Amino acid sequence: METASFLQNAWFLLIGVLLAGYSVLDGFDLGIGVLFPFLAKTEDEKRSLLGAIGPVWDGNEVWLLAGGGALFAAFPAAYATVFSGFYLALMLVLFALILRAVSLEFRAHDTARKGLWEAVFVASSFLPALLFGVALGNVVAGVPLDARGEYAGTFFTLLRPWPLAVGVLGLCVFLLHGSAYAALKTEGPIRERARRAAKVLAGLVFAALFAAFLLVLVLFPHMLDRAPSWLMGNAVCLFCVAFLIVLKKGRDGWALFFSSAVFVGLWGVIGAIHYPNLVRATDPTLSLTVANASSSPLALKIMLVIALVGMPLVVGYTVFAYRVFKGKSRPGAVGY
Amino acid sequence: MDAVFLARLQFGFIAGFHFLFPPTTLGLSFVVLVLETLYLRTKNEAYKKLSAYLVKVLGTVFVMGVATGISLEFAFGNNWAAYSRAVGDIFGAPLAAEAVFSFFLESVFLGILVFGRDRVRPKTYRLSAFLVFLGAHLSGLWILIANSWMQTPAGFRMEGGRAVLDDFLKAAFNPSTVVRYVHTILGGWMTGALVALAIAAWLVLKGRSADKAALLMKPALAIFAVAAVLQLGSGHAHSVQVTRTQPEKMAAFEALWETADGAPFTVFGIPDEKNERTLFAVRVPRMLSVLVHFDPNGRVLGLNEFPKEDRPPVLLPFASYHLMILLGLAFIALGAAGWWLLARDKLLSSRGFLKLLIMAVPLPYVANELGWIAAEVGRQPWAVYKVLRTSEAASAVVPAGNILFSLVLFTLIYALIAVVGLKVVLRTIRSGPDGAAPGTPKGAA
Repeated sequence: METASFLQNAWFLLIGVLLAGYSVLDGFDLGIGVLFPFLAKTEDEKRSLLGAIGPVWDGNEVWLLAGGGALFAAFPAAYATVFSGFYLALMLVLFALILRAVSLEFRAHDTARKGLWEAVFVASSFLPALLFGVALGNVVAGVPLDARGEYAGTFFTLLRPWPLAVGVLGLCVFLLHGSAYAALKTEGPIRERARRAAKVLAGLVFAALFAAFLLVLVLFPHMLDRAPSWLMGNAVCLFCVAFLIVLKKGRDGWALFFSSAVFVGLWGVIGAIHYPNLVRATDPTLSLTVANASSSPLALKIMLVIALVGMPLVVGYTVFAYRVFKGKSRPGAVGY
Repeated sequence: MDAVFLARLQFGFIAGFHFLFPPTTLGLSFVVLVLETLYLRTKNEAYKKLSAYLVKVLGTVFVMGVATGISLEFAFGNNWAAYSRAVGDIFGAPLAAEAVFSFFLESVFLGILVFGRDRVRPKTYRLSAFLVFLGAHLSGLWILIANSWMQTPAGFRMEGGRAVLDDFLKAAFNPSTVVRYVHTILGGWMTGALVALAIAAWLVLKGRSADKAALLMKPALAIFAVAAVLQLGSGHAHSVQVTRTQPEKMAAFEALWETADGAPFTVFGIPDEKNERTLFAVRVPRMLSVLVHFDPNGRVLGLNEFPKEDRPPVLLPFASYHLMILLGLAFIALGAAGWWLLARDKLLSSRGFLKLLIMAVPLPYVANELGWIAAEVGRQPWAVYKVLRTSEAASAVVPAGNILFSLVLFTLIYALIAVVGLKVVLRTIRSGPDGAAPGTPKGAA
């Protein structure tokens, strides 16, 4: 196997950082989207809850575009294989993302069809929250690739047990994270509902983690031979426990911190299992790796400069924006 | 139908639909920035109300632009996997840079514009307006860098069928980047400014917030009129560049079948590609040579110079290029007429002209789309000019049926977005800068 260069490894890491950033940021608004009907019952409650994500969801979603763009630029062969290979599944994600983006805007202004746009918002939050995990589970578990690196499976290849388990695990963590953010940003009945949901969801995350782990034991024992993944896996369990403890104490900010940590930890597990693969092939000699699927060193270097100049700025003004909108969201306070 | 054709149809459709929104954002963010600056300078609350009013429109348009823009990033991998593998080394970086340098900037600060008026100081608010303006314009730069590289690729070498980056600056600022950028941005300014102008005209006609409408009209008209005049220059420079770097594209624009010293400009005609002639042609002798070479005897290459398999289609680029120029001239006339009326203090009382401004709103959108049709169909048969054929750029593993299926869904979803989005924007406009119109029940707006 070719050995990977520093730049190739750096981009493996950076794409992981972008995707983890996406999970932590857009994760809570996806989660709130799915939990919406359970958390908010009255119009005022709905407006509070939407006001909590209204000013920020769009910037959050850009992390996905940045991650996708980085994958395209750094590892075009992997980007091409996944996006053309998982065509129908990714189209579902895409249509959901499109409808989700307009649903909030249309709900606020197309008042005659509020209920419809709420339903669209919920459904279009649910689909990506589930399918991101399924897609990730597939590239980690391995999919059939041919000698040109093209996907050789079908739509149904993607629906195997372990990728589905990863999808469910991802969904549970999105919901956990969403409930934590909802608790932090709201008060009264919504906050109580969010806290109750968070308790149940922490249990579900545990169960999903355990199920995914059992499936790994049976199906992919090779995933267990890496120490960092064990370490990260245990850390994720600890973060879940810590989440429950701080939740019980009413420390909503810390709960959000630990649900974020769960996400970051899970990305650590995935990275540790998956490296140096980008798309694992059923026949491991055909796998797309950081070494064989990357752009040229010059392109990677230019991209690294772009990332190192740009991302600190992004983090800086994102923090600024969150501070502008800090505090509890109240109906009508930010335009919903 | 074959997969490549469907993939092209789909890309043309989703890119064309998406491009309804960015020009509006470019122009409206400019108008909002001007209004915020005037507000800071004059402390006139009317500017603040006008800006808040247009920010609502901008917010909705921006969200639709984001929603429909995601599809494009997906499309290169979904439908054009062979393209992505072949040129990802160069083409991917500007797309990633666009997200890093502009999408974040635009969306974070648009959040502050739409939701944070009372949460930040006026100067911070104006800065946010500037950063949204900057983000929109940087976004345009990066995506046009990517597009221009497909038209006039530079700064790379070929290795085993893959383009490999040699020189980033040469690739980014290839021969068509700057002129294409200026041309596209000016088109956006005209589009957004005309939207603002039409809104002001509508308020005047309805007799609502007339004082504010008058305040809005001046900067919007200034941007529109100046951009329309500048566009003539940028369009000219763009044509000169195309003649130099993609001569077969200019030959298609002009339906110039044979190379000529002192080539005519075809004002009207119907290209007959099969027989390589132009029916009902109305030509100005030597005009094309004058335009592109400043020399009545200058040589302009005709389609006959190029093998048939390397020629672009003629009818569509010819028609869209000429209609675009016609519209461009009409915009100059519209801007000049507005200026003339304004200078004589008759603008607000010229009801016919105000109605004309409203009816003209679709035209810049049409011109923007026509420009892209001319540029992209004129690039055929290449995905990347003389590097990669479109027929070799599509995904190998995606069957035509899947593309057709997604195309149908795109059509349905985009139709829904178009209808509801237009309704929402019109509703926002109808609410006026001072809230609901008299007689409207409270809370309806």
